[in-house]
Amino acid sequence: MNSIEVKNLSKVFGNFISVNNISFEVKEGEVFGFLGSNGAGKSTTIKMLCGILEPTSGDALVGGYSIATQPDEVKKNIGYMSQKFSLYNDLTVNENINFFGGVYGLENKLLKDRKKWVLEISGLEGREDTLTSSLSVGFKQRLALGCAVIHEPKIIFLDEPTGGVDPISRRKFWDLITDLSDKGTTVFVTTHYLDEAEFCGRIILIDAGILIAAGSPKELKKEYIKNKVIQLDCSDIYKAAEILEKENITDSISIFGNSLHLTMKEQIRSLNELEDDEIKIITDLLSNDNDLKIYHISEISPSLEDVFLYLVEKKTADEE
Amino acid sequence: MKILRIFIIKEFIQFFRDPKMFRVVLIAPVIQLVFLGYAANRDILNADTAVLNLDRSASSREYIRSVEESGYFSVKNYPGSYEELKELIDDGTVFVGIVIPDNFESNINNRRTADIQLILDGSDGNKASIAAGYIQNITATFSKNLSLDYLQSSGVKVNLVSTIQPEARVWYNPNLSTRNFFLPSIVGLILIIITINMTSLAIVKEREIGTLEQLIVTPIKPYQMILGKLIPFSIIGFVAVILVLSVMRFWFGIEIKGSIPFLFLCTFVFMLSTLGLGLFVSTVSRTQQQAMITSAFLVMMPMIFLSGFSFPIENMPQIIQYITYIIPLKYFIIIIRGIVIKGLGFDNLWKELTILFFMGVVILTISSMRFNKRLE
Ligand SMILES: Nc1ncnc2c1ncn2[C@@H]1O[C@H](COP(=O)(O)OP(=O)(O)OP(=O)(O)O)[C@@H](O)[C@H]1O
Ligand SMILES: [Mg+2]
Repeated sequence: MNSIEVKNLSKVFGNFISVNNISFEVKEGEVFGFLGSNGAGKSTTIKMLCGILEPTSGDALVGGYSIATQPDEVKKNIGYMSQKFSLYNDLTVNENINFFGGVYGLENKLLKDRKKWVLEISGLEGREDTLTSSLSVGFKQRLALGCAVIHEPKIIFLDEPTGGVDPISRRKFWDLITDLSDKGTTVFVTTHYLDEAEFCGRIILIDAGILIAAGSPKELKKEYIKNKVIQLDCSDIYKAAEILEKENITDSISIFGNSLHLTMKEQIRSLNELEDDEIKIITDLLSNDNDLKIYHISEISPSLEDVFLYLVEKKTADEE
Repeated sequence: MKILRIFIIKEFIQFFRDPKMFRVVLIAPVIQLVFLGYAANRDILNADTAVLNLDRSASSREYIRSVEESGYFSVKNYPGSYEELKELIDDGTVFVGIVIPDNFESNINNRRTADIQLILDGSDGNKASIAAGYIQNITATFSKNLSLDYLQSSGVKVNLVSTIQPEARVWYNPNLSTRNFFLPSIVGLILIIITINMTSLAIVKEREIGTLEQLIVTPIKPYQMILGKLIPFSIIGFVAVILVLSVMRFWFGIEIKGSIPFLFLCTFVFMLSTLGLGLFVSTVSRTQQQAMITSAFLVMMPMIFLSGFSFPIENMPQIIQYITYIIPLKYFIIIIRGIVIKGLGFDNLWKELTILFFMGVVILTISSMRFNKRLE
């Protein structure tokens, strides 16, 4: 069963195409990742799917209702957490829950139960009377999620829910998302963090309003990254990058924190199937330089970031 | 209905939580009123007055006494001639000049209308018009007493009663309107501050922080959102009006001559326009700052200047006088002055009230339509 079916959806602002004819499906109970760089059109798409923005052309069925012709029906089945933090800062935790619960028509026992649940997932039990403005970002975000799904919608849309949140809070947030999905809720989530996308069942990538790839993280990696990726930690990564660049054995060299990711040329792989050899080649090359010390070198599985960078580069190259 | 209630409760919680809002809305008007009230009052209290009494009769002396006893004027000089009086006013020795013509008493005795002439230093137009207003009141009372005396002495006959008609003549500013009724119009001012400024701010704030977008995906209907914003601010507006009227009544002793329920009805009708304008401002502003500037400079200032609140409309160029016809505050000021000071009711004010009502409906409809469209 598909929760969301998007067909040729477009949004044009003036003469700027923000979302360009995209189509995809989201299955029930799935965590669906929506990836793209700044200004790619993620928020615009999500707003159309929630019935906030009218599509310029195309349509989508959300929970079986058309966003173009039945936006009110759509709204009944969804929860939405916008990219901006969207609770009332000048209300207390309790007042925010009461307000959103009330607006969704919850009363008495049901409201009480759901309030308990929201407080529990946001970790705010005992802090009901705190002003929302004085909560830290992580708490706010979980409270916002709680309020957005207080009416237990079948489908929830989260627009960059973890922006500006520390790694531990992000992890907690994703645990919540996984829980919701396990209970059968469809979760549609946009993010900048490609490591988060690994938690998604399936993802799509858009760039400048155009859909450029779709599939599970595994499928995407397999499909687009055929080359071996080697991670290298050493005393001077810049120098190492300089040396390796001259040798013409890599497709790309990128810096990840304190280490280098080397995407090896395919030919090397076909010459010799043994991975040790590639590592050996690199080790030999670098040991010529006396100052350079290798701390760690190993093959790694490519990350989504590698996929993403590859795809965006490829698209730019194709356009030229 | 339930959703609306929840929305309104939320709005009030936010209002009372924000001490700034509270100050602006409820304390500032009272301070303003007291301040302006004293400024307007003290000017006139014991205004230096010269009386040119050409009649020198018992009636004229009695009239002068009633002017003095009012407490607003202190008669300092009795010039012997018109020229002398003119000089006293020219050099600023006195502010008010009263001329009692030599046929004052004989006119009264012959049951003819007796005239007195009032000459005012109009360089301070506001003060002059207030002084003229007091003289009018004092004279009216004096004249009423005369009528009563006459009735008592004559027993049955009622028709031929002599009256005194003050002929107010303001110097230096000859077109000055009788703008003596200053304080009641503050009610109008406060209402526009609360309903235009506060309403637009409250809506734009939600758009700015993103809660408006959040509300759009909830089952709240746009009309519920509009009512949810407008109802709390009209209630707050009413509270402020009651506050201002109470201060006016119990502090300054300005009694409301007309019907209070009718005054509230008119206030409500006026609020249709101002709430509509507040809603409109919210649809053309993206940030709270923009809303603030738009409501202050593009809506409230023109409203105040063109309503006759601070400058008399009669003094404006013809073309601008035409513009004042579309200023709701103008009609409300006529209404509130009429009710508070003259005790007028629906019979006299229905025209202004009807205009206000239709203006309100039109403004509110247009703004609501714009608001709905902006949500899309
Ligand atoms: N109301 C609007 N009018 C005109 N242009 C708009 C409007 N809303 C969005 N855009 C443009 O559409 C493009 C896509 O915007 P969108 O907010 O969907 O991007 P995004 O993928 O969510 O980016 P981010 O990661 O920064 O949130 C941007 O270039 C933006 O400037
Ligand atoms: Mg976005």
